[in-house]
Amino acid sequence: MSLSGPTEFEAVAADDGLSGSGLQGDGEPSPDATSSDIAGRSLWAIAWSHLKRDKLALAGGVVIVLFILLAVFADPIATAYANITGRAGDTYATAHNTPPNDVLDTLTGLPVGDFSGVSGKYWLGVIPLSGQDMLTNLLYGARTSLVIAGLATVLSLVLGVLAGVISGFYRGWVDTVLSRIMDVLLSFPTLLFSLALVSVSGIISTSSFLRYAVIVFVLGFFAFPYIGRIVRGQVLSLREKEFVEAARSLGAGNARIMFREIAPNLVGPILVYATLSIPNNILGEAGLSFLGVGVIPPTPSWGQMLSDAGGYIQVDPFYIFLPGLAIFITVLAFNLFGDGLRDALDPKAGGR
Amino acid sequence: MIRFIVSRLIGMVLVLIVVSLVTFLIFQAVPLLAKSSPVYYYIGKAPATPELLKTLTHRFGFDQPLPAQYWSYLAGFFGKSITDGTSAPVQCDFPCFGYSFRRNELVSTLIVQALPVTISLCIGAAILWLVGGLLVGTLSGLKPGSFTDRAGMTGALAAVSLPIFFTGPVLLLVFVYTLGWLPDNGGYVDITVNPAQWFLSLLLPWVCLAFLFAALYARLTRSNVLETMGEDYIRTARAKGLDRRTIVVKHGLRAALTPIVTIFGIDIGSLIGTTIITEQVFNLRGLGTLSIQAISSLDLPVMLGVTVVAAFALVVANFIVDLLYAVIDPRVTV
Repeated sequence: MSLSGPTEFEAVAADDGLSGSGLQGDGEPSPDATSSDIAGRSLWAIAWSHLKRDKLALAGGVVIVLFILLAVFADPIATAYANITGRAGDTYATAHNTPPNDVLDTLTGLPVGDFSGVSGKYWLGVIPLSGQDMLTNLLYGARTSLVIAGLATVLSLVLGVLAGVISGFYRGWVDTVLSRIMDVLLSFPTLLFSLALVSVSGIISTSSFLRYAVIVFVLGFFAFPYIGRIVRGQVLSLREKEFVEAARSLGAGNARIMFREIAPNLVGPILVYATLSIPNNILGEAGLSFLGVGVIPPTPSWGQMLSDAGGYIQVDPFYIFLPGLAIFITVLAFNLFGDGLRDALDPKAGGR
Repeated sequence: MIRFIVSRLIGMVLVLIVVSLVTFLIFQAVPLLAKSSPVYYYIGKAPATPELLKTLTHRFGFDQPLPAQYWSYLAGFFGKSITDGTSAPVQCDFPCFGYSFRRNELVSTLIVQALPVTISLCIGAAILWLVGGLLVGTLSGLKPGSFTDRAGMTGALAAVSLPIFFTGPVLLLVFVYTLGWLPDNGGYVDITVNPAQWFLSLLLPWVCLAFLFAALYARLTRSNVLETMGEDYIRTARAKGLDRRTIVVKHGLRAALTPIVTIFGIDIGSLIGTTIITEQVFNLRGLGTLSIQAISSLDLPVMLGVTVVAAFALVVANFIVDLLYAVIDPRVTV
């Protein structure tokens, strides 16, 4: 959390009795530090002090960072891996064109050897029929997941915050209209509409860019009312606060008050929502891919791999566990971290 | 109360109008955008001759302005006669969802065939997740920080992170293909044919679907119970010397579970649209599979029919929940 400086870190560490400096005379670490210690600490410092004690959330955070690094550096990692295993220049795309004969059974198309053909050359085995390397596919699948889930979350955040701030700030008929729209969207059979939109978009063009865009749109758009409602509720109470009155008396316009005065107070809930929305979108993307309306092959996707693996469950059971565990671990990490973050930012959730 | 019902009914109609407008836009306006005739997707194939395409475009009204098309689309729900110009006309009565030329079947017939599967799946799963989720949530909420609480909540968090398209095949692998405890019958057996087979064929889908929801309910119940048990009136009840069971069951749970009713109703309503993946994994021929087949073959009348039915179920569920909520919690009524 870059928002809290190192000095605050030290102060917090002292509070927890971890640094050993004697703020509390008896050396007893107490989560409920006296009010004089807390005064002057930013929300972030307090949140960090909570979060730091939440081992599960921290573990989640580490996995998230790892996941992002793998997704971002998929290219160099895949190249290095291919070089180490003596398959230089072998990417998921090229492997698709030339299934190596030594790894697949020519009759059945199944990997040769145990555990989907795990070997020094293919560390996690190969995919049946195509002979593509599993690890490379998982790596690029992480990128697909991250890009789509991230963009969809950004879309829902932008729409949700805009709708929430505007309807909470102006109230009246603006609020009525926006809230109604959000209510209606919440009672949409989302998955069906997503399927319909994605498939109908295929009529216009089968380009994979359009498919990407439509997936991001359906995931992000149908989720915006959730954050919109949260933000609206917060803004309704924030707009009555003194600092808003002060800004107004200084001559600040509506736009300034909404986005410079009120919006910064929403960073906490928005951050929590974003962290918990990314795993949802990862599952959403995987679900669409599983149903055959996700990203267009040969772009690897964990959902697509799972869908494919379902067909080999009896003959190559190892296959399903790799993309399955990849999704599970990533989503769980985001959920753990998001939960920890919510507890840490929620002043009511003390005493943990 | 009457005012409340009327305002809810108006809201319900509003949602249905929006849903129908959006489905209309998706299915009839988007093909136009792509300069491709919706006729293809209505009759499921390219018309034999350009003349036939012209005739059909006219007959289906695709040459009219969009508002007029929308109006006839709405009016179509109340019954119409449908033909692709080569076969005999088919009479489609209210509620008319159109005719699938790909399957040579009225869409309403297809939906009626698929509905028992989806409803069986939904009801069984709902019972499981309600019992499981409330039990775990209540036990966790009564003793926050205990081993039960930690185990329950960590389990719940893990459960919401597991997609059905992973757990489903793995359960099949273990219980059907490896252990052989459950029959490999490749899908749904109707309850009227063989109740035992029906139960066995749905056991894994129920568990899979329920697992996901149970986790959400457990988390929700826990936080509600935790909050309620801290209320003043609970302290009062305790001070009166009531035994723990009475306090928890009669005073605590009653208040804690009221919000769950709302969510439960909405989840049940939306379930029809979300069982797609479960049906796909377990090869159940319900509404979800119907819609997926319709999508892959671009059979628009079917896709449209399923979407409208799912939206209708959701809207009705919302309405019932609002009514129920007004009955349970008197503060809601105007």
